[in-house]
Amino acid sequence: MRTMTYGEGIREGMRIRMMEDPNVIIFGEDVGQFGGCFGVTAGMYEEFSGERVRDTPISEGVIIGAAVGSAATGLKPIAELMFMDFSTVGMDQLVNQAAKMRYMFGGKIALPMVVRLPSGGGVRAAAQHSQSLESWFTHVPGLKVVYPSNAADAAGMMLTAIDDDNPVIFVEHKAIYAIKGEVPDVIEPIPFGKASVKKEGTDVTILTYGKQVYDALSAAETLAKDGIDAEVVDLRSLYPLDKEAISASLKKTGKIVLVSEEVKRGGYIGEIAAMIAEEFFFDLDAPIQRVGALNTPIPFSGELEDYVLPNDIDIVNTVKKLF
Amino acid sequence: MKLSNEKILSMYDTMLKIRKFEEKAMGLFAEGEIPGFVHLYLGEEAVATGACATLEADDFITSTHRGHGHIIAKGGDMNFMMAELYGKETGYCKGKGGSMHIADRSKGILGANGIVGAGHNIAAGAGLSVKHRGTDQVVLCFFGDGSTNQSTFHEALNLSSIWKLPVVFICENNGYGISMSQERHQAIKDIADRAVAYNIPGVTVDGNDVFAVYEAVNEATKRARKNQGPTLVECKTYRHRGHFEGDPTMYRTDEELQEWLEKDPVKRMEKFMLENGILGQEDLDSKTAAIDEVIATAVKFAQDSPKPSLESAVENVYSDIVEEVKVR
Repeated sequence: MRTMTYGEGIREGMRIRMMEDPNVIIFGEDVGQFGGCFGVTAGMYEEFSGERVRDTPISEGVIIGAAVGSAATGLKPIAELMFMDFSTVGMDQLVNQAAKMRYMFGGKIALPMVVRLPSGGGVRAAAQHSQSLESWFTHVPGLKVVYPSNAADAAGMMLTAIDDDNPVIFVEHKAIYAIKGEVPDVIEPIPFGKASVKKEGTDVTILTYGKQVYDALSAAETLAKDGIDAEVVDLRSLYPLDKEAISASLKKTGKIVLVSEEVKRGGYIGEIAAMIAEEFFFDLDAPIQRVGALNTPIPFSGELEDYVLPNDIDIVNTVKKLF
Repeated sequence: MKLSNEKILSMYDTMLKIRKFEEKAMGLFAEGEIPGFVHLYLGEEAVATGACATLEADDFITSTHRGHGHIIAKGGDMNFMMAELYGKETGYCKGKGGSMHIADRSKGILGANGIVGAGHNIAAGAGLSVKHRGTDQVVLCFFGDGSTNQSTFHEALNLSSIWKLPVVFICENNGYGISMSQERHQAIKDIADRAVAYNIPGVTVDGNDVFAVYEAVNEATKRARKNQGPTLVECKTYRHRGHFEGDPTMYRTDEELQEWLEKDPVKRMEKFMLENGILGQEDLDSKTAAIDEVIATAVKFAQDSPKPSLESAVENVYSDIVEEVKVR
């Protein structure tokens, strides 16, 4: 085992495949000499050359479009958008092109492309640089959406993302890039659609992903002091969704709290809640609960942002409603 | 430029295939045989033909909603095309794409496209792929005048220019973005003028003259293959039909249509061949009959083909996931 930050884990996953396969390339805004807005690609320009770690103009449409076109013709591109919020500018290429081509063409094309989307709030970046928009992508058949929470998962899931023949939306939370974690000496691909139980428990399931895994673990500690034994499940992969893990945990606890940083209205955890109600209703002994951000844009002022975003105390309070 | 008779005949053959395929599609749509939207290429045959005549089998094209002509010119199979227009299982897309989404990756056809301007960026990506892999392939990106007002036009030309990507941007300026005439939708006359903004060559040619198109695109593909970057080729042409079948075309005059029918690229090609003794009238007639037969075979193939199974609706969303249909 070795220790890496979350950002380094992402980089390590990309490096491994880039060393093995010359057709894996990275492009995006300032990913080259600058090393990426959040430093995730730092050193890669020097290591792999400007041909393979390409700085693009500020043109999100063609960043995604070039990923589509190059993936369709023999490359395995990794496109970085500086902020998930900027996906709006490249949305046609993601939704109408990347997600649709395989289906529209009768399955006769592969699109092995990864789009990295730094997301989330907590860094005082206000309404256009802080959003969590993963439900936009989970809503679109044809896209896979993954959201690792730690260095080891980030590295292993990056390998899987690059190896995948489908467009993969790789969501990263920008506030946890510096969090360190243990990473195996030999990094292996982590299959999509497999959740990870971060803490076992018997009284309630806290199902979450991304940065909120840390909030959930912190909430679980607090709850333990009150005699509530919470299980924390990190989804890791939003689509494909590990329904079995959800079911297994629910069978144990009978109660579930879904946590996400998306605004609550229309967020992906709403979809999961509906699925649970449809398919696992009889395993529930209490109403499904959701914790999300308030239904507002993300404000700038620290006090306001902290108020709008969900935190560990919100999780504790919501869990307690069930007991 | 002196072209061999063989090349000229092959180009004529392509133009005639497109003409006949489209005329047949027009009739079938009117009879209610073909569902959905159909955007016909009638009148623009010289553009796809002249442009694709410069290509090798492993070169790429991106197409548009008005894509039948490009696909035929790049060697697409008319049986599979017609079956796709019918929404049949044997169609290019197994009945999941239809007229606007025909693709054939094995022939470098990266898809017709229902989103105006989407092909620009995909073409740039294919160009990046060629450059990265170090082959001498080229990418032809077909698009209409209307799409040159989309942001993708600027993004793709800028990127292709700074990275010297082997892409030839071919604007089929047919004078209308759906119902809006060019003079109403942009303040320039020649779209090729926009090349200046990207420091790349821009040329305007008579898009109803297959030789003029060939010559300009040939020059551009040569440049692209020599790593000299993209070119913008504007081909002035006209669609004989409306934007889609069923469009009443209230936005243009009969006089204008007549004027362009006089400049019909297929008739013009025939006249050229007769005048130059490349073919006689009898040869033309027998060629036409032969292609009519090919088209009839395609229609029969489509009609006789099975409809897609309902199970196939959930297939091909991903390479490896097929969701079970349990709860609607």
